Amino acid sequence: MIFRPDLFIPELFQIGIIATLFVLAVGKPSWSRNLIWLPWVAVVGVIVSVFSLGAEGTIFYGAYSVDALSQFFKLVIAIGFAMAVYNAVSPSHVDEEKRADYFLFLATSAFGLMLLCSGVELITIYLALEISSYSLYALIPLRNRDKQQAAEAGIKYILFGAVVTAVAMYGLSFIMAAYHTTYIFELAHVSWSLDHYPMAVLGLTLFLCALFYKLALFPFHFWCPDVYQGASNETAAFVATLPKLGAVVVLIRFATLLEPGMHVTTILAVLAAASMTFGNLVALVQKDLKRLLAYSSVAHAGYVLLGIVAGTPEGLAAASFYSLVYLLMNLTCFWVICRMSTDGRNLVLDDLNGLYTRSPILAFILAVCAFALVGLPPTAGFMGKLFLLNSAWAQGYEWLVVVAVVNTAIAIYYYLNMVRHAYTMEPREEPLHISGPTMVWGGIFAASILLLGTVPGPVFRFAQTAGQFFMP
Amino acid sequence: MADFLFNVWSKIQSEFYIMHTSTFPVLSALLFFPLIASAVLFFVRGEKNIRIFTLVVGFIQVALALPLLSFDLTYAGFQFVELRSWVPAWNMQYYLGVDGISILMVFLTVLLLPLCVLCSWSYIGTRVKEFHFCLLLMTTACVGIFVALDFVLFYIFWEAMLIPMYLLIAVWGGPDKRYASIKFFLYTLAGSTLFLAAIVAFFIHTGTFSIPDLMEGTYSFRFQFWAFIAMAIAFAIKVPMFPFHTWLPAAHVEAPTAGSVLLASILLKMGTYGFLRFCLPLTPSASEYFAPLMIAISIVSIIYGGFVALGQNDMKKLIAYSSVAHMGFVTLGIFVFTVRGVEGALMQMINHGITTGALFMLVGAIYERSHSREISDNMGLGKYLPAYMAFFGLFALASFGFPGTNGFVSEALVLIGVFAANYWLGALAIPGVMLAAAYMLRLGLKLAWGQPTQAKTWSDLNKREWVYLTPLAVLVIYLGLGPGLALKTINPSIEKLLHDFEVRKEQVVAVEQTTETRHAEHKEQPPSFFTEQGERVLIFHSQQAQESPVKLIEAKGAQIDWPYLAGLEKKSGIMTRGELP
Repeated sequence: MIFRPDLFIPELFQIGIIATLFVLAVGKPSWSRNLIWLPWVAVVGVIVSVFSLGAEGTIFYGAYSVDALSQFFKLVIAIGFAMAVYNAVSPSHVDEEKRADYFLFLATSAFGLMLLCSGVELITIYLALEISSYSLYALIPLRNRDKQQAAEAGIKYILFGAVVTAVAMYGLSFIMAAYHTTYIFELAHVSWSLDHYPMAVLGLTLFLCALFYKLALFPFHFWCPDVYQGASNETAAFVATLPKLGAVVVLIRFATLLEPGMHVTTILAVLAAASMTFGNLVALVQKDLKRLLAYSSVAHAGYVLLGIVAGTPEGLAAASFYSLVYLLMNLTCFWVICRMSTDGRNLVLDDLNGLYTRSPILAFILAVCAFALVGLPPTAGFMGKLFLLNSAWAQGYEWLVVVAVVNTAIAIYYYLNMVRHAYTMEPREEPLHISGPTMVWGGIFAASILLLGTVPGPVFRFAQTAGQFFMP
Repeated sequence: MADFLFNVWSKIQSEFYIMHTSTFPVLSALLFFPLIASAVLFFVRGEKNIRIFTLVVGFIQVALALPLLSFDLTYAGFQFVELRSWVPAWNMQYYLGVDGISILMVFLTVLLLPLCVLCSWSYIGTRVKEFHFCLLLMTTACVGIFVALDFVLFYIFWEAMLIPMYLLIAVWGGPDKRYASIKFFLYTLAGSTLFLAAIVAFFIHTGTFSIPDLMEGTYSFRFQFWAFIAMAIAFAIKVPMFPFHTWLPAAHVEAPTAGSVLLASILLKMGTYGFLRFCLPLTPSASEYFAPLMIAISIVSIIYGGFVALGQNDMKKLIAYSSVAHMGFVTLGIFVFTVRGVEGALMQMINHGITTGALFMLVGAIYERSHSREISDNMGLGKYLPAYMAFFGLFALASFGFPGTNGFVSEALVLIGVFAANYWLGALAIPGVMLAAAYMLRLGLKLAWGQPTQAKTWSDLNKREWVYLTPLAVLVIYLGLGPGLALKTINPSIEKLLHDFEVRKEQVVAVEQTTETRHAEHKEQPPSFFTEQGERVLIFHSQQAQESPVKLIEAKGAQIDWPYLAGLEKKSGIMTRGELP
């Protein structure tokens, strides 16, 4: 089947948003001034994605697979998009006449990521990856203060992104040369032994590099802190979360190629361990909150890899579940930062001082996020991590599990530092004024993190069906 | 009218009856009531209302614990069991229950909530709502630790307890609170990370998180060796045992009174409870292998804690170091593996919780008068605060195990157990008892008759202070003079624990299973399902059925939904019915 619109509904909805924003962007400047409705439309998008959870089939000559995995991740991306839009819609961190353009790029990037969820063919994956990246290249420099820094961040992102893209293309050419196919399900049945097919393995490794770059996995993380710091808080929230989901979903698709004991798997395991340890150690000395979260995301990329390294349906389900949790806790953390940074500047740890007296509810939400990011119960971060540890240990990666739990002990210091500043230091600034709806939404975000930590069963069941996706 | 009264009475009776059968989820009520109350607390306004509200919650919590009094003293297994499916994908269960090892700690935890509210009545003046919020969360987490029978559930409470405790120290603590709170958090969290790895290892090895099921498994010595190390580090830090104890004095000194009380009475016991609940039953061979080391560390803790306590000028620090010594007796009693020793250890856990908690309350009370914890600022109280000194004297006597108080019973039992195991070992522990007398008497003498005194203008204990000290004083004397009931409660479970320990430490699987077979075993678990009452039923195929037709979860009061089972039998054609083992 070439095309079936019924399998394409979440994407079509996203295209609708993009088209509307496009009209607003090219229309009169006054049109794009009031975009308060946009988050609600994005929430409708979430509902649409929920309803298309059960869809199954392939379109575009088998290059585009709609299955439990893709639909789960499309839902997560829709949730993330709604949160990111809600986060970015109220303050004026971009100039007013550019607001429609800003959200246009945001929506396009999310659209590209949705395509990425369903890509089961290397060229499709590549195209989807580029759609989502190109919009981000334009997004990052859009900031109405520290423009030089923002431009620097943008250039860094483009430059590194372009190099990695080229490397991925190069790798793709090796794979095609070795096996004459780009469909993952065909590649799943061929040998990936370094001794017998060095060219194919080299190609796969190079292609994976592009994904690692998106995921900000050590040693492909170097862009991450600078870009987060240069971009506006709201953009950083998006860049820090959603593109990583795209990378995770493709890695999950690739996991069908991987088996324990393979060279590539071993490399992945080593990278996971290095990424966790490096990210956490460097985060210990960070003062800028966005840089701190950047290094924490490097560490979290390592955690997600635990599930992919395991490669079992449980492991992939755990990785999917953890991606959702990661998105929730990171976006909520950024959400608090954006609410605190009323003038759009970058926050440092000392800016958190006395948050407890300035706004108790924000302090509470921040504490929930921080403890979730450490992986402390009863938050979702703990459950996600536990599932990952279980699946990795079951496949004999005991050493990796030990590295992961020891990392928790390292990570606690800097996350706890955030809580310490918020709760025990004297405030330097006036109380924050948080509006009612903002408080309610923040409360919902925090509650969902706690709820996923105490009753993860129902959501994990969805992740499980996603982990057992059917390869045609 | 008479009819009406009769109806009401029978209704009350039937309600009461329900409370006494396993259908009323006593343990869940104890867990969730403070949690719900903490949510309601957000809407309570006014400092005094908040205190009264939390106090009432505390009393209701005590009342909710009363059904536990119907605990069957002759049964060694878990009682008041609640079992529900939680995360079926990973075989995690909402599994609660108490036995003789945990029930007394549950009582102590529940009792401390109202007492902590009372002893913070005037001590805590800022952020009152948040303080009581933390207290309620602490209660939930502490009860949860002692009733959880699922490994993950246990770990959740074990870690979740850190957050409110951290806040109690960091927000309401003394001048050096930041250092103390971070040290407390880092130490305890770092210790428990490897514990998590051990939990994962047990799960992958057996396919279950259920602690009673894990207690029946056999594990290779190599597995036990590493699992014991991972668990013992977590527990030893919590106890705390000698080289890991440095967080304790810092945390105790800086914590507010209620924080110190909870630390001393409950938190420290979590470590020793962990040894009893996990190390001995799950890793018996490794426990025996490591016992000499643990005993050595215990004795060092006893002697070292005693000597350091002798030199302290800060009252809280003195009591903190005395805790190190007293908890050394607990671990010593556990690792000699004799009935008397373990009984003494368990009694010492309770008694130390009562007496040290009370001593911290007394230090808090005098701190409110003198604003100093230095001994030299609080001397000569005997003449001006006789009631205070009487309480202090009683708890001090109990602390060093004076005959007639509860401390004597437990220390004597531990020593009997130790002497039974090894004569020389007992002789080594004796100086610890004498040291305890030395440092407590030194403290007591200075407080009572030391000069110069500043106590002339201070008032003696007020009614509120009487109220929260009296229950603990009564317990000290009751457990000192009539420990029979408490011993009867704990005895069957401890005998079972040691019996299983003796049997199972020999059953070491010689060959470590490979990952593949472990994985296969995990897949071949007998199918199980949950009845509507929430009990798990394991189904065995008919060939095996001759030996054990149906293995039901070994839980007293578990009810079997026979019609449901019969329906299942028809549907699946699998033999499910049989007798309870």
